[in-house]
Amino acid sequence: MKKFFAQTYLWILLALLYAPIIIIGIFSFTEAKVLGNWTGFSTKLYTSLFSGRVGGGLLSAIENTFTIAIIAAAVSTVLGSIAAIGIHNMRGKKRQIITLFNNIPMLNPDIITGISLFLLFITMGISQGYMTVVLAHIAFCTPYVVLSVMPRLQQMNPNIYEAALDLGATPFQALRKVIIPEIRPGMISGFILAFTLSIDDFAVTIFTKGNEGLETLSTFIYADARKGGLTPELRPLSTIIFVTVLILLIIINVRARRAERKQNI
Amino acid sequence: MKFIRNIFTFLSRRSSWAIPYTLFLGMFVALPLVLIVIFSFTTNQGEFSLINFEKFVTQPEAVNTFVYSIGIALVTTFLCILLGYPAAYILSNKNLNRSQTTVMLFILPMWINILVRTLATVALFDFVHLPLGEGALIFGMVYNFLPFMIYPIYNTLQKMDHSLIEAAEDLGAKPSIVFWKVVVPLSMPGVTSGIMMVFMPTISTFAIAELLTMNNIKLFGTTIQENINNGMWNYGAALSLIMLVIIGITSLFSDSEEQSQNEGGII
Amino acid sequence: MTGNDSIIKIEHLSKAFGDKVVLDDINLSIRRGEFITLLGPSGCGKTTLLRMIAGFLKPDSGVILMEGSDISNVPPHRRPLNTVFQRYALFPHLNVYDNIAFGLKLNKVQSSEIETRIRKALKMVSMTDYEDRDVNSLSGGQQQRVAIARAIVNRPKVLLLDEPLAALDLKMRKDMQMELKQMHQELGITFIYVTHDQEEALTLSDTVVVMSDGKIQQIGTPIDIYNEPVNSFVADFIGESNILNGTMIKDREVEFIGHTFECVDEGFGHNTPVDVVVRPEDIYIIANTENAKFTGVVKSCIFKGVHYEMFVETDNGYELMLQDYNAFEVGSTVGMFIKPSDIHVMQKERTCNIFEGKMISSTDVEILGGQFQCADCGLQEGDNIYATVNFECVELMDNKEDGTVIGEVEFILYKGNHYHLTVLTDSGEKVYVDTNDIWDKGDIVGISVNISDLHISKRV
Repeated sequence: MKKFFAQTYLWILLALLYAPIIIIGIFSFTEAKVLGNWTGFSTKLYTSLFSGRVGGGLLSAIENTFTIAIIAAAVSTVLGSIAAIGIHNMRGKKRQIITLFNNIPMLNPDIITGISLFLLFITMGISQGYMTVVLAHIAFCTPYVVLSVMPRLQQMNPNIYEAALDLGATPFQALRKVIIPEIRPGMISGFILAFTLSIDDFAVTIFTKGNEGLETLSTFIYADARKGGLTPELRPLSTIIFVTVLILLIIINVRARRAERKQNI
Repeated sequence: MKFIRNIFTFLSRRSSWAIPYTLFLGMFVALPLVLIVIFSFTTNQGEFSLINFEKFVTQPEAVNTFVYSIGIALVTTFLCILLGYPAAYILSNKNLNRSQTTVMLFILPMWINILVRTLATVALFDFVHLPLGEGALIFGMVYNFLPFMIYPIYNTLQKMDHSLIEAAEDLGAKPSIVFWKVVVPLSMPGVTSGIMMVFMPTISTFAIAELLTMNNIKLFGTTIQENINNGMWNYGAALSLIMLVIIGITSLFSDSEEQSQNEGGII
Repeated sequence: MTGNDSIIKIEHLSKAFGDKVVLDDINLSIRRGEFITLLGPSGCGKTTLLRMIAGFLKPDSGVILMEGSDISNVPPHRRPLNTVFQRYALFPHLNVYDNIAFGLKLNKVQSSEIETRIRKALKMVSMTDYEDRDVNSLSGGQQQRVAIARAIVNRPKVLLLDEPLAALDLKMRKDMQMELKQMHQELGITFIYVTHDQEEALTLSDTVVVMSDGKIQQIGTPIDIYNEPVNSFVADFIGESNILNGTMIKDREVEFIGHTFECVDEGFGHNTPVDVVVRPEDIYIIANTENAKFTGVVKSCIFKGVHYEMFVETDNGYELMLQDYNAFEVGSTVGMFIKPSDIHVMQKERTCNIFEGKMISSTDVEILGGQFQCADCGLQEGDNIYATVNFECVELMDNKEDGTVIGEVEFILYKGNHYHLTVLTDSGEKVYVDTNDIWDKGDIVGISVNISDLHISKRV
């Protein structure tokens, strides 16, 4: 009986949490301009989203979002993995300080990260646009890569690097043939994480994108919503984003759980 | 020659591999924060001044927005605890819930674009013909940040040593006593962490308030953004610093290590 | 053994981690083809020495010569030696074959040769047909075999083994010991083996190097080390022994446990205090007390498989450990004697504590990082002094605040009728204490010295 009430509570809460997204998902399959009107099943919004007939730069916003995310995630993964190896081999005070600074972007509210980077770019006289957005995204993604590579290094038998040297590998060969294969799962998780965070970001992007008309999905949605219109094509787009994130997260979780299970054996 | 060899040994020491990232952190994390402080205490001519803070204190509108934002953040945080704690408790209790998938479902929305989630709320209010405004704002905030409350509490409850509960029962405590005297105190680190993770983004949001209230209600984050957009960088920086101080005070109550763990939670 | 020339020579090697000296002026010569074991308790510096030979650590001073040339600064990947690590250190992402092939591929050995060499190596460690197995699916013993194969396949001139059997169970360890010994004979290369297990060291080695506190205590064949330990540390660490205070009356005559014994040692001088070591199996025990050298009462008797282990309290109140194939009833009076050649006499390393310090007033002295009271002996503030304290005059207290300085019990030696303790103070100095109280290793104690027991002399 207790269990019944408990489960009911959970499902009511979940229904509330997911209701808005489900409504958007359902109404992405109808043509009506105004949300809430059902004018029969149609995939027209999806086709018009992909055919490029939508104006207002939605397509270029999609393109920007994905290229920025890929570049930022790739650079963060390289930078963060090298940094993690370095931090792993540090001791004492130095290590504490760098860990503290690594945590700052994760603890800071996005708006502060965004404004602080905005101030940095104007102070340095860097004109803002694609490059500054990429740099900003690298700045807040890399800590998460460090965080996901670190446990792999801690689980690693510390002697295997030495074993490689002992068998005649140069330090660089030891890195390439032994350390990287060992931390690869952490690097992949870190990459996926950085990628999702970058795609998701709104607050940092809006302060660092400049005035040259660069838009990512988030800023496009924001601008569009402020106009009060809400382009109907945003409904299929939100649905697609939701499903993509869902799939990526399931992948990360399955990987994590598999690694955990492997470790327990 | 010796110099080159020294460089080589230096690079082969693996602790020096953190140097590029250390420089990066200095440039893109430490320096920008320093800049916020510098801009706050200077005029747009670059002279030291407290004028930005004077302006904040003397403008009733800014102070009102500030107080109102804290109020909204407090209400949101309170509602999140009220709704989230029972959910976290049920999820972590093996007698009430065994499904990992349900846990996943609660955590998932943490990772969906905040604007998409907000638009969805707007859509929901449209759909059921409810007016946008303060009610929608609070609903949207709770809807956006509830998972950030559930997850850390769930996490601490999950890690809690179950034998402590059995020990309390063994010593003759009634279930309600066990809950209030053992479970709740032990889950406090999760609750404080959750408060941080809800209060901090609620007080710092912008954009979503405009969307949820049709531009009728302004929050502190929006004020900051407007000032920055209108070229009032020094004043905007000062307002950001005020927000940072508020957040800094809140974070004194929470263990930052625990929190960074929870943010990276799902991986 | 393939020759007597030395392959590795270590000269004046020292290393410190921060303030802690882990290797202190090590000198060692290793012959080609030798099975040499570095033996000592944990923290004695044996693993540090091995890691330095492998090249993972650089010495602070001193050199390591290999076949005459200095390799101290050669990086590990260019040293012609290979290591078998304690926790195997197999590459988890590679299978058995690729693990073993790792070194060969780096050295650009032809693939056909790689294959034959790997087969041979696998055969040697009895792991034929395991090539394609995932290393994570192997048992501990199998992983260790692969680790050995991975090292020997490169035909190193020297094989370093860092406690390779420590993680295996007893039965497996015994089997592997025999196999290692056999492998050493077949390969004919030098093995440098690190262990803290004295039995393993005695079983396997041609030469045993006993280490403690970063210093080499004794180098010798297993038989030498067992029968002729050079000091009480070695005697206590290798096998079971009775270690007792004695006096060398003259050549071939030593007094201990209140009796005078004939022995075979000479050259200690007259009436010199010495340490005497008698192995428990070397004390003969008989029921008849009349013909015995000395008598005692059996306090306990425990069956140990092959023999009985007994504790006997002698007529003069000393407790001795004995081993015999026959059991003697607890409480019975027995007679005992010892053959002259079984009495091992060793020079005492020290007969009292000597600390360096300085006067801080005419009646106060600063030693061991604390302030002690002393009798006025005409010295002034600032004078450098030696303070001498007899072992039995150092007082230890349970409550560490009660002592003048604080120390940790580091080493305990039972000497028949009292304990001889080594206590490490917070200032990093060692205080030796004779006491009848029972302390445990690791106890934190307060140390104080009575004013009349502290003897001061001027240091120039």
